[in-house]
Amino acid sequence: MRVQGKGLIDRSRPIGFRFDGHRYEGFVGDTLASALLANDVKLVGRSFKYHRPRGIYSAGSEEPNALVTVGRGAGAEPNIRATVQELYSGLEARAQNAWPSVGFDLMAINDLAAPFLGAGFYYKTFMWPKAFWEKLYEPVIRHAAGLGALSGQANPDKYDRGFLFCDLLIIGAGPTGLMAALAAGRAGVDVILADEDCRMGGRLLAETKEIDGKPGFVWVDEVLAELDSLPNVRRMVRTTVTGAYDSGMFGALERVMHHTAQRDGGAPLETFWRIATKGAVLAAGALERSIAFRNNDRPGVMQAGAVRAYLNRWGVSPGKTMTVFANNDGAHQTARDLLDAGVHVAAVIDSRPDAPDIEGVQMIKGGLVKAASGGKQLEAISVIHNGTTEQIATDCLAVSGGWNPTVHLTCHLNGRPQWSEDIASFVPKMGAVPGMIAAGSCNGEMSTAQCLADGVKAVECALGITVKVDVPAAEDDPYRMRPLWAVPGKGRAWLDFQNDVSVKDITQAATENFSSVEHMKRYTTQGMATDQGKNSNMQALALLADATGRGIPETGTTTFRPPYSPVALAALGAGAQGKGFAPERKTTSHVFSEKMGAPMIAVGLWYRPSYFPKAGEKTWRESCDREVGYIRHSVGICDVSTLGKIDIQGPDAAALLDFVYTNMFSTLKVGRVRYGLMLREDGFVMDDGTTARLSDTHFVMTTTTAAAGDVMRHLEFVTQCLRPDWDVRFTSVTEQWAQFAVAGPESRALLNGILDAPIDAESVPFMACGPVSIGGVKGRLFRISFSGEHAYEIAVPSRFGESLFETLVARADAMEGGAYGMEALNVARVEKGFITHSEISGRVTAFDLGMERMLSAKKDCIGKTLSWRAGLTDPDRERMMGFKAVGAAKMLTAGAHLYPEDQDAHRVHDQGHITSVAWSPDLERYVALGMVRGGSARLGERLRMVDGVRGIETHVEVVDPVQFDPEGGRVRG
Amino acid sequence: MRIQCPICGSRDRREFYYKGDALALKRPAPDAGAEAWDDYVYLRDNPAGWHSELWQHEAGCGAWLVVERNITSHEIRKVTLAEDAT
Ligand SMILES: [Zn+2]
Repeated sequence: MRVQGKGLIDRSRPIGFRFDGHRYEGFVGDTLASALLANDVKLVGRSFKYHRPRGIYSAGSEEPNALVTVGRGAGAEPNIRATVQELYSGLEARAQNAWPSVGFDLMAINDLAAPFLGAGFYYKTFMWPKAFWEKLYEPVIRHAAGLGALSGQANPDKYDRGFLFCDLLIIGAGPTGLMAALAAGRAGVDVILADEDCRMGGRLLAETKEIDGKPGFVWVDEVLAELDSLPNVRRMVRTTVTGAYDSGMFGALERVMHHTAQRDGGAPLETFWRIATKGAVLAAGALERSIAFRNNDRPGVMQAGAVRAYLNRWGVSPGKTMTVFANNDGAHQTARDLLDAGVHVAAVIDSRPDAPDIEGVQMIKGGLVKAASGGKQLEAISVIHNGTTEQIATDCLAVSGGWNPTVHLTCHLNGRPQWSEDIASFVPKMGAVPGMIAAGSCNGEMSTAQCLADGVKAVECALGITVKVDVPAAEDDPYRMRPLWAVPGKGRAWLDFQNDVSVKDITQAATENFSSVEHMKRYTTQGMATDQGKNSNMQALALLADATGRGIPETGTTTFRPPYSPVALAALGAGAQGKGFAPERKTTSHVFSEKMGAPMIAVGLWYRPSYFPKAGEKTWRESCDREVGYIRHSVGICDVSTLGKIDIQGPDAAALLDFVYTNMFSTLKVGRVRYGLMLREDGFVMDDGTTARLSDTHFVMTTTTAAAGDVMRHLEFVTQCLRPDWDVRFTSVTEQWAQFAVAGPESRALLNGILDAPIDAESVPFMACGPVSIGGVKGRLFRISFSGEHAYEIAVPSRFGESLFETLVARADAMEGGAYGMEALNVARVEKGFITHSEISGRVTAFDLGMERMLSAKKDCIGKTLSWRAGLTDPDRERMMGFKAVGAAKMLTAGAHLYPEDQDAHRVHDQGHITSVAWSPDLERYVALGMVRGGSARLGERLRMVDGVRGIETHVEVVDPVQFDPEGGRVRG
Repeated sequence: MRIQCPICGSRDRREFYYKGDALALKRPAPDAGAEAWDDYVYLRDNPAGWHSELWQHEAGCGAWLVVERNITSHEIRKVTLAEDAT
């Protein structure tokens, strides 16, 4: 219910919203949780396993219970914590994990089956028989247990990511963080102040205590006004720093648009930031812990601090008849604030016999709340005191077991927090995250005055400077608390509300010898839900320590890992959906190729035409066969610009090439091209390609499309790391030159139609290269062939690529040729036994490819020494050969394996596999390349080919890799 | 993690390519023998602590760097250009 005269909400601006189909009203400044409580909605969900009723428990991101789905349709977002969801007009939220409704949940039957679903039930109860597990138990449990579901449709929302840089990142904008920001801001350093809340101030917005003689929120507003006037301070609200990483990096999730229905304004829903910092102050505060007792998960049982927050910040009392159960003085303030606001407080139960009095309230000192009762919400508590049990009617019990410093981020780089006897909790270890200083209550400082002073100190420590800031006067009460983790007694007392872990589960784990805290966690699932046990881990390990007879420091904590609170994968992967997944590289002929109807296929990041369909062609094969015909019988044009092109210059250019290729390049004449084979240092083939010598000191190397980046990096490695003494420079010119293959018997005739000076067999023989002029444009001509035909590659600066391609295709068309795509290119090269990365799989040597003669004996080169190892020259290795079908089935498939004709298709009989297959229209059969044990020694032998994936089986004959024009006469024209 | 490139300054590790042990700088002579080559190509120490290794600022200036990094903490204490190290 609303409480008059309280809260920082704007009562002049009411907001309508819906929860589970019902219409309610709240105010600007409300969260969904505060608005629901204001409307007396107590039941907001069901628990994960037992479907027990769940109510709002906290007032922050640690909320274990109030998880709802916000929105509808494709953009519906599950598992939103109602405590951090700001209210906006038209907000629609639904309860989760209940069927058919949150009030009447058939799955609550799980609660009755609880004896069978206790700790370790996954591991024990349903182990045998195996078939039962897969077919019965798991599907049933999966259906029954679960959080909110995704819509199953593509996410329509926009997400973003970005980098930020600062001198000092301050995490948390409570008293400590604000004071730190003020100190650092005034010192002139670049500050980012981040807070997960929509409004900065932290607990100061939730408490009635004054700072500097004014209400906390007034002081906060003054500080924020000053910070906003400083150009060196960036304030980020709704931003959770989710992880601490190496070298001062932090991850942070900004919920940019969750507080509004607006989705089309261009702003992303969320932004994931990577923040590079020189230093950081962790001012993350503390989280209030609970005390476990029977049915302590009933809606209406809440954190005492959360009750104060709802009252003081949102003007809401979560109940009409309030009670408080605590082990510390601080929680008494809850009763005082409620009384001041005119709310009835039935009793305050303090477990300490020597607890102080509160004026105007029935104090039960040395009392314990034994149980909560009520069905879907709290109706009464039983209190044991001096041996007698008393029933007290109440609809909201505010519980406080003390406070735990929010040490999470200090543990992200493997640091373990230290036990502090003073506050009976863990505090951060200094230096656990280099450059990050924990301050304020996350550092165990529990009074406001201590927090303010610690904020300044942390800045001085983080930046190594002295700052002059007056620390205002504030509450400096001592933190008086006596640990109490659970009230002993019958029935189930709950720790982890989200995963339904009870005190008994912990003791059972200990009994079964899961006494290591990490084992206990996994056995019971304590702390493994989306809230990662923020409300209950401390209690669980204290109870484990008791059960195993060890102290808490010896028991230790589980490991806190990023993220601090859940982060949507959509935010982490922002920008990488759909086309954003990878950049697209397009050739100069791309537009024209698409105009010709070519389906484009991805080759690495490049897009290349698969084939160019003509009217009347029903399959890709018809188009491909026609295009192969261009190459073999007239002239074909193909864009080969995607091959890596590296321009190498300098007096030692030839030495570099000799060193990275197996064969000699220093002997190559100017104006000539040579094929080269490149090895890795371990002797295996890395890449191949042609290199042209344009002058004594100038070469152009081509690499395969796939390995262009690797080769570039390799050259950088060789020249910087192995031979920095060489005078040679190189750069990638792949993008600068458009290059086209002109292949086929009519290729020279076609070129002579466009070259400013005609060529002939003498001026441009096979493997020649040199400058040419095309309509005045300076280009380069290479007489090289990847098809075994009389062929050229002609290169022009990229800006002329499009027009040259169109010209070449038009000329070819007129000569009964035309453009050809990747399919036809592949057919021609397989027919000729030319290799690609289908063959250069990373496991093959020059010897395996039949290229051992390319290993020059006259010089050293990368990979030479190790390529002569016995294991790499064993004649029984799988070596490349050609294959043709001789069985009933004529189909060959790449990836199929080879076996002796009289043996089973079993791996122990494996003889090798097929790497490339193509239909040869000229040979009118399939041609294949592949690797077979013994290589050429198997020539003429027949083998079984089995493609287990596609279910194809036939017999093949081992043939020479060059199946078309084995004499090689055609290439010389 | 961030690496201080001697040419470009402090940059995010996503800009760098990792090659491993800086041992790769010490290529043996062709006739150094099987053991030396085995060491060079395959055998690597895996210290829990300081490690000298090669990174290339591939998405930046292209420089190969020798980075001294503590493998357990990712602390980096020294970065030099590989061409100065050989
Ligand atoms: Zn650089």
